[in-house]
Parts: sequence; structure tokens; C-alpha cells
Amino acid sequence: MSEHGVVIIGAGQAAAQAVLSLRTEGYEGPIRMIGDEPQPPYQRPPLSKKFLAGEIGFDRVELKPAEFYASAGCELLLSTRVAAIERPKKLVLTGDGREIAYDKLIIATGSRVREINVPGFDLEGVHYLRSVGDVHDIQSHFKPGAKLVVVGGGYIGLEVAAVAKKNGIEVTVLETADRVMARVVDPIVSTFYERIHRAEGVVIRTGVTVDGFEGEGGRVTRVVSGEGESFPCDFVVVGIGIIPNTELAAAAGITVENGIVVDECGRTSDPDIYAAGDCSNHPNGIYGRRLRLESVHNAIEQGKAVAATLTGKEKPYNQVPWFWSDQYDLKLQIAGLSTGYTQAVVRGDPEHGRSFAVFYLKDGVLVAVDAVNRAPEFMMAKLLIAKHAKLDPTRLADETINMKEVANA
Amino acid sequence: MTKVTYVEHDGKEHTIEVAEGLTLMEGAVKNMVPGIDADCGGACACATCMVYVPEEWLAKLPAKEDMEETMLDFCEHSQPNSRLSCQIKATKNLDGIRVTMPESQH
Repeated sequence: MSEHGVVIIGAGQAAAQAVLSLRTEGYEGPIRMIGDEPQPPYQRPPLSKKFLAGEIGFDRVELKPAEFYASAGCELLLSTRVAAIERPKKLVLTGDGREIAYDKLIIATGSRVREINVPGFDLEGVHYLRSVGDVHDIQSHFKPGAKLVVVGGGYIGLEVAAVAKKNGIEVTVLETADRVMARVVDPIVSTFYERIHRAEGVVIRTGVTVDGFEGEGGRVTRVVSGEGESFPCDFVVVGIGIIPNTELAAAAGITVENGIVVDECGRTSDPDIYAAGDCSNHPNGIYGRRLRLESVHNAIEQGKAVAATLTGKEKPYNQVPWFWSDQYDLKLQIAGLSTGYTQAVVRGDPEHGRSFAVFYLKDGVLVAVDAVNRAPEFMMAKLLIAKHAKLDPTRLADETINMKEVANA
Repeated sequence: MTKVTYVEHDGKEHTIEVAEGLTLMEGAVKNMVPGIDADCGGACACATCMVYVPEEWLAKLPAKEDMEETMLDFCEHSQPNSRLSCQIKATKNLDGIRVTMPESQH
């Protein structure tokens, strides 16, 4: 492998990590990275946090300075969409008609926002938040007293609500489920975040479905619910989840099942093609099942694993997933996946305080933690989850027992 | 600019001019210094940017906030002179600082 080298489709966190790791692992051949956005790889998590708040600029969000890629011998093809992968000829076809040959291909196409399919979806002022451009569009509405309706009470929606509220905007969050963050946390955590947001002055409405957007002169002015209510607004941010970008892989005949299927080293069903990040579906030994994760940690670690494999080493990826969310002064750190838990154990006082943890046990074994301003609980749980630790719920809940001692029965 | 020397676990040194206001983590990550992962990009959420700071420099650093303190307390390779480099901003009085990276951030 040297003539055409490595081609990476996608220019996000997994792609950037793959470039860095390929070079640190000693790969010396050419690398080409193809991305459909105008910017070189940047971090997405701050987009709904400090970057939206205007506390940091793009220079603090980009992963590497633009010069890095040239110095690392990586050619960047930005604002370029890929139309197809032609596996028999080992070519990537771009939307503008170029053919790019590869010896090894990494698919790191990430994910895109799930769009809301209701009347008025195309009115001006209806936004999503996924890219730097989206943030600039949303920020153009940030005027004190402006009215924002957030559709979706997940991480993105609630982070946007927190930032907007701090900017003097009147915020209403509409969530279809009967509580916020219903897909990922226990009701204890949902209730806590609803209390915090309401105390900050955000209106949280659960059990509300969005039936459509209405406007005047092509601009959105209200959100209409299926229950017949009307919510006046100057702008809307929709955060109802993301969809992995697997179409290119599927069209090329690569195995896709809820993500591009890879092994723990990032190999797809084609020996010359690898996948990493949000778009992939990998086996996780700790949970004994396949996972498709939407997280920076997953993108970085898979980027590393693929780079190692491409340079003839095996560094299988098998870790406890983790995530975080910043809202107001609260740092939520999540380790593990709570799916199928049989018991939730609370440490601290979520009803009155601003710092607590919820441990998720499955038949006594720790599988996940949600830690709000509780770094010890998060850090210790991450280690214990990897060990399949069976824990005594009474000790977990007892704050007089240090987290370091909690596993000692 | 603040001159920062990053020392890898095996002794290899990287001296970087870090713009004032950037963190020592950013100085390393943006200049391809290996040994600092910084998975969370500086949100004090992951503890993968730990460095060891020699005693003569420790006193010049701002005090640790609770979050940093507790994250470090639970890091595998943590020592009394450990800091999270995402929480240290480059300033004039840190010019010439040397920090050492652990064998692994995980």
C-alpha cells in the first residue's frame, strides 16, 4: 500500500484522529480527507455549549490549525461531497465528477440531523444544530426578549435552551415524551433537569407533539401542537436526534445494520475499507453486544483503532462508553449504557441539590452512571463498569462511604 | 507567547510557543505533541490531559477547582503534582514552564 494511500471520507473527529494516529503509528504514504463542510475538522460538542454562547471562537473549536494537515502530508478536499464508492476499481467518486483512487478507504461520514416532517418545516427561522454554519444562523436571532421554541428535550435541545436563556431569550421546550431526556436517563434525572430549567425560567412542556409551523411572510411565528395549542416564537431549534450516514456504504454493498458493521479493529465487510465514529456499529466486549454510539470518545477511539490496523498493529477498541452535557453550572457525565437496568440507586439529593449521581444496576452489576457535578462517582463508576462489579446498593447510596471504598464489601 | 516544554514519558522534549489565553492542553494538541489526548476538548470532563508539574512551577499555577481536583483524585496515574492541562492557561508568569506527560492517559 503506497501508491494511492489512504482516503478518508468525512472530516470530523474520527477522521482527524485517524490522520494523527496514522502518522504517529508510522504510516508514511499519502492521505486524502474528503469533507462536505467548508472547514477542516472541528469539535461538535462545544457547538451547543460554549461556542453557541459566544464564549469561544472557531479557533478554539477546530481540532488542529489548518496548516497541520499540510505538515502531516494530508490533502484536504473540503466542500466536497462523495457520490459513490466504486469498490471493484477502488475509486471514490465525488459529486463534482472527480475520481479519487484509494488503496485503503476509511468511512468516517458521521451522522446528520433527523429532520422534522411537518407542514411549515421549510419556513425561515426553523433551525437545526449540527454545524458551525447552523450555530451562526441560530445566533443571528439572539436578541434579548426574542422568543425561542425548542423542539425536542434531549441533550441538544436542553443545552440550546440553557445558552439561549442566559442570553435573555424567552425559551419554551416541547417534548413528545412524558419527560425530558427520556431515551437516555432515569426519571430521577429527567425530573431534576426539568426542575433546574424551570427555576431558570425556561418553560418545559412534556407530552406535546408538534403538528406544524406557521408563519408570516415566509418566517416562522408559531409552533402548533397536535393537542391544539399554539406557541408563538421568533425562531425554532429542532433537536430530535441524528441519523448515521451509511448510505454510501450500503450502496457500495458493504454490510450495514444499524450502522456500518465493523469489528473491534474497525474493519468492514470489505478488507480494504474501514469505518469509524457515529456511522459505524461495533462489537463491545464489556456489554457483550453490538453498539452504534454517537459520541466523541467513540469517534476518537475508533479512529485510533483503524489507524493501528492499517499500520499492521492490532489495538482493538473495547471501552466503557462515556458522554457529557453542560447546562448552566451543571456538568452531567455519563459512563456506560443503562439499557435494561433493573435498579436505579441515588447518591445525593436530586430533589433539592445541584449535585448527585444515579447508578444503574442490572441484577446487581453496575452498568451505567449519570453523575451531575460528581466527578468521583463518574470516574470510579467508569472503572467498576469495565470490571462488571457487583455492588451493594446500600453502600452506593451511603455518602459517608468514599467512592474509592464503595466496592469493598 | 509563553514558552512551554512538554516532556514525553520517554524523555522526548517538545518546546512550543503557546499563545497567551490558550490552555497548555491546546498548546500540545494543536502542535502535534503526543501524550495528551484531551478527548473532551477542554471541558474538564474526561481527565485525559493530565500532566505532572515540577514543584518550582506548581505554586505559580492557579488553584485547582473542585472538578479538576476530584477528577485527578480518580486518575490511574495521578500524583500529588498532577494537573489537568486543559485547566491551565498560558500566561506571562508561566513562560519557560516544563510539564511531563504520564505513560498513558487511560
